[in-house]
Amino acid sequence: MAKIFSETGMASLKTFIIARVLALIPTMLILVTLVFFVMRVLPGDPVIAIVGMRAPAERVIELKKKLGLLDEAGNPVPLPIQYLNYLSRLVRGDFGRSLIWGKRPVLVEIMEHFPATVELAIAGFIVSIILGLVLGSLGGWMGGKTSSAVKTYGAITYALFIPWIGMLFQLFFAVWLGVLPVAGRIDTGLEPPTITGLYLIDSVITGRWDSFMSALRHIMLPAITLGLVISGVFTRVTRTSVEEVMRQDFVVAARARGIPEHKILIHVLKNSFVPILTMMGLQLALLMTGAVLTETTFSWPGMGTFLLERIQYRDYTTVQGTVVFFAIIVSLVNLIVDICYAYIDPRIRY
Amino acid sequence: MVKLVPKVRLKGLTLAGTIMVLFTVFLAVLAPILTPYDPTKSVDLSLQPPSWKHPFGTNKVGQDMWSRTVYGARTILAVVFLSTIVSIMIGVPLGLISGYVGGILDRVLAMIMDAMYAFPGLILAIAIAAAMGPGIINTAVSIAIVYVPTYFRMVRGQTLSIKEQLYVEAARAIGAKPLTILTRYVFPNVVSVIAVVFTLSVADVVLTEAALSFFGLSVPAPTPDWGFDLKAGHPYLLSGYWWLITFPGLMIMILAVGFTFIGEGVAEYLGAREVKI
Repeated sequence: MAKIFSETGMASLKTFIIARVLALIPTMLILVTLVFFVMRVLPGDPVIAIVGMRAPAERVIELKKKLGLLDEAGNPVPLPIQYLNYLSRLVRGDFGRSLIWGKRPVLVEIMEHFPATVELAIAGFIVSIILGLVLGSLGGWMGGKTSSAVKTYGAITYALFIPWIGMLFQLFFAVWLGVLPVAGRIDTGLEPPTITGLYLIDSVITGRWDSFMSALRHIMLPAITLGLVISGVFTRVTRTSVEEVMRQDFVVAARARGIPEHKILIHVLKNSFVPILTMMGLQLALLMTGAVLTETTFSWPGMGTFLLERIQYRDYTTVQGTVVFFAIIVSLVNLIVDICYAYIDPRIRY
Repeated sequence: MVKLVPKVRLKGLTLAGTIMVLFTVFLAVLAPILTPYDPTKSVDLSLQPPSWKHPFGTNKVGQDMWSRTVYGARTILAVVFLSTIVSIMIGVPLGLISGYVGGILDRVLAMIMDAMYAFPGLILAIAIAAAMGPGIINTAVSIAIVYVPTYFRMVRGQTLSIKEQLYVEAARAIGAKPLTILTRYVFPNVVSVIAVVFTLSVADVVLTEAALSFFGLSVPAPTPDWGFDLKAGHPYLLSGYWWLITFPGLMIMILAVGFTFIGEGVAEYLGAREVKI
């Protein structure tokens, strides 16, 4: 054990990364197992739901074989074996095939919708950071009534129902004012060539400015809706952080020396930044939940809309695959965020 | 300011929050008296704007939106209440046992709960609700499962600290059985924690129920439900039918924000700046 510790006696970043990656496996396994059993064990027969009550026996058997409930000979596969089969396919990247339409591989369909969600999530995240920083700093800096107002803002935004806020924005900006599009991701025909799958970036890379403008106009309302609701936490953290820094001696000293307010403000902001970084990583679950709701409100063609559409169509393999995919993404992003923290702040390594 | 019991005074936001929540409960309880129409029946021409006859207008099916909004309070409060009870009935005993017994059971259980906790709750709720099908019990169970880890963690944490106390050791010394210790000594001290978790998470539960019904995964169709009405009214927004979504959405916000304000008040009362769940 002595070898893996650096001279200072603290665990190295490498150990931390290895430990966290190893911890990833049971976490993901738990989630995948949970999803699997939720979809299989809970009441309701999905097969009947798909083929209907009056379907002939052969159809039912055929579907059951496809779902892995019956093996080739028609014998029922025990649940643990179903589970192991599913796991073994999963590690090979086989998420199964959709039960509807072209029966395409689930993973392929997921990846078609994934970039849209990523783009929306990033845009919403950026909006929330900006809102949080600006309002939080204002609240912390000015104190008093402004601080209370900002506090209330933080409490309210967290409790907002995204679809409703989104609809109000749609009503106001798209229907009554008519300045922004109501829904969708881009005007038809203006999609830029696919490089990253993120329209805003792809259109800039390929120089398609008409695409860029269209994508920008379409992402504004969804991003603001999502960003507004997520900003509550950042606002509160920034405000608390700024308030604390303001109380420190160097602020009083700087004022006494006659240094202009705005210069002091910059110093204060620099010092309050760290807790904000901490909060950023913890917001992933909230961001994904928010993204799903925002997508359905604005007909944004991402994972959220995809998931719900497949639920309506009872495409159970796709639904299961999508939720598993979410679990994997959440675990991976949490891992990356944790590693970044450990990199920045050596105190939190094991 | 409102004086409740001695030393407990409601002021400012907490008072506002309590009023908002009580208002919703009032609507739910007195629904039949407050509404002239049956919310599930078509009573007039569809898509009428607000008027004296229909203060909130009518929807596509001709149902009175005022009645639907008022009765919707019953649906959401019922689901929230039921799911909280189930969450507590599962999460609290598990937390107590896991915290008290420790060992490998505790580690495994804590790991499972942590994994669930880190996962976006709504997506889990969607998966469970989709698998279970519509209905008030099913919805309550789906939401309950999502919040079990929250109650579990808090109760387990509290149990871990309580079991080191001297009086617990004394109880063990006089031969008290583990079950007795848990019920007579540990549990009463855990109750306050449960109340805190409740106030802080109930706003979330409201929003989750609204989201599930928005996706059509909550109670089935004619039952008045705010999220469902939001979804139903959404397509008509483009044509300017604003009243279909405004009122149900407003009620969701009132209930959720009300609970949030109460939660903030409780957190401040207990002296905690940021209570981490």
